[in-house]
Amino acid sequence: MTIKQSRPPFDASTIPGGLCPIATHLTTMLPGDWRAERPIVDRDSCVKCATCWMYCPVQCITEHAAWFEADLRVCKGCGICATECPHRAIVMLEETK
Amino acid sequence: MITAKTIVCDGNEAAAWGAVLSRPDMVAVYPITPQSSLAEYLSQFIADGILDAELLDVEGEHSVLSVLHGAALAGARTYTATCGQGLAFMFEPYFRTPPLRLPIVTSLVTRDGITPQCVWGGQQDAMTVKDVGWVHMYCETVQEVLDTLIMAYRIAEHRQVMLPVNVNHDGNYLSYGVCRMELPGQAEVDAFLGPKDINWHVALDPDRPMAVDPLTGGAGGPGPALFVSYRKGLCDGMQHALRVIEEVHDEWALRFGRRWAPLVEEYKLDDADFAIVTIGSMTGAAKDAVDQARARGERVGLIKVKTFRPFPIEAMVRAVSKVEALGVVDRAVSFGWNSGPLHQEVLGALYYGRRPIPAISFIGGLAGADLTVGHFRRVIEQTAAARWTGPGQAPIWLNEND
Ligand code: SF4
Ligand code: SF4
Repeated sequence: MTIKQSRPPFDASTIPGGLCPIATHLTTMLPGDWRAERPIVDRDSCVKCATCWMYCPVQCITEHAAWFEADLRVCKGCGICATECPHRAIVMLEETK
Repeated sequence: MITAKTIVCDGNEAAAWGAVLSRPDMVAVYPITPQSSLAEYLSQFIADGILDAELLDVEGEHSVLSVLHGAALAGARTYTATCGQGLAFMFEPYFRTPPLRLPIVTSLVTRDGITPQCVWGGQQDAMTVKDVGWVHMYCETVQEVLDTLIMAYRIAEHRQVMLPVNVNHDGNYLSYGVCRMELPGQAEVDAFLGPKDINWHVALDPDRPMAVDPLTGGAGGPGPALFVSYRKGLCDGMQHALRVIEEVHDEWALRFGRRWAPLVEEYKLDDADFAIVTIGSMTGAAKDAVDQARARGERVGLIKVKTFRPFPIEAMVRAVSKVEALGVVDRAVSFGWNSGPLHQEVLGALYYGRRPIPAISFIGGLAGADLTVGHFRRVIEQTAAARWTGPGQAPIWLNEND
C-alpha cells in the first residue's frame, strides 16, 4: 500500500547524520504488520451495536451489510473489541505465520 | 537598552542579568531554594519590560523543561534555573535534552541532596546528573556567573556542539553572596552572541515536516547502527565543546577584558611540588590558603576545574603532570566509590597521564557548611604529607569536627 504525504518531505540532506533523531519519510508499515492475534467476528452473533467500533484504539472497525469487522491491515490485535463486545461475537485467533 | 555599568548584586541576580542580556524568547521557572530569588528577579525583569520574553508559570520542573523543549523546537532561545529536588523532578526531560540536541541554557544553583532534609548549598544535585550529555561549567565568582551565562549560549548554539549547557553556581555562597559586578552593555552582548539559529536541525515547523525522535534501535534492520550513530554524534558534540569553550572564553576576554580559565585553571602551579584541586566558589578560600602556605615557603599550587563536563582530560593531564601529590576537595559524595566525584575524575586523568601519584579525597562544604581558609590549611598539610605516606583509602571529611 502506498501512503501520500500531505506536504513534500523536508530535505534533511544538509543536517549531519548522527546529530538528532528525526525522520522525514513516512514508513509504510501498519500496525497489522506486527499483530500477534487477529479478531474474528462471528457474523451470526453480531448485532451491529458498534461497541467494538467505539472502543477500537486504532479505529479500524469497518461496517458491512450485516456485521462489523476489523480492517486487518491496521488492526494491531489488542483484543479490546473482543473483551468489549456485549454479544461475545469476537474471538482472538493466534497469527500463525 | 541596557548600557554598561557597575552594579552590586548577588549570584542569583547576576544569573538573571546574564539571561536578560542573552535575550531568551521564552523563560520557564519553578521556584526552589536557593534558586527562588533568581526566579523572582527574572519575573520582575519581565514585568518591568527589561526582558522581552514569554514567562511560563508551569506546575513543576518536569513541565518547565518540557515546554522549553517545545519552544526550542519552534526556534526559541530558552532559559531556566533549578536545583536539588527540582532538578530531580526535571530529570526525565533533562535526560532527553542532549540527544535531542537542544541548546537550552539552565542555571543550577547547586544544593545538597535530600535526605537528610536540608535546603543549603552543596554540589550533590549537579554531580548526580553529570553524565547524561549536558555541558557543566562551575563558576567561582558572581562576575563569572554573569559572564559564563552569556558565553553558555554561544557554546550551546555552536553548530558543532548543539547541546544544552548548565551554568552552575554554589547555593548560598554564590546565590546570596553580594559583590561588585560589571554589567556589559546590550549592544556589545548582541554583537558577541550574533543571530540565533536554534532549530535548523530539528524543528516543529509545518514548512519542514519531520518526525522528531521516532522509534530508533532494536536488534534488527538499520536500528542498531542508527542508534550508535546518535550516541557517537552526542559524544562528538561533547568533544567539540571543549574546543568551542576555549574559543568562546578567548573571544569574551578580547571583547570584555575579563579572562576566565575555560577548562582548568592553574594557580601557582608551575613550580609547585603538590597541589590541591577545587571546583566552584570554594576556590576563593583555597587560593587564600595557598597564598599563606606559599608565604611560609611551601611549594603548593592549585588546580581549579571550571568545565566538569565534558571532562577536560588533556588540560587536567597537563596540570597534574607538574606535581607529586594531589588533595582533591569535593562538595559532593560519590557513594559508589567512598570518595568525591571530582576525586574520581582526577584519578581517571592520572591514569591517562600515566602518573600514579598520591591523590587524597577530601569532602566538605556539604549542606551549606563553610569551607574556610582553615579547612584548606589542613588540606594542604595532609596533601604535603601524602607525598611520603601515600593516600589513605577513606575520604577525609573536612567538617566532621566543626
Ligand atoms: S461489538 Fe460485537 S455485536 Fe457489536 S458490532 Fe462489534 S462485533 Fe458486532
Ligand atoms: S483487536 Fe484491537 S486493534 Fe484489532 S479491531 Fe480489535 S480493538 Fe481494534
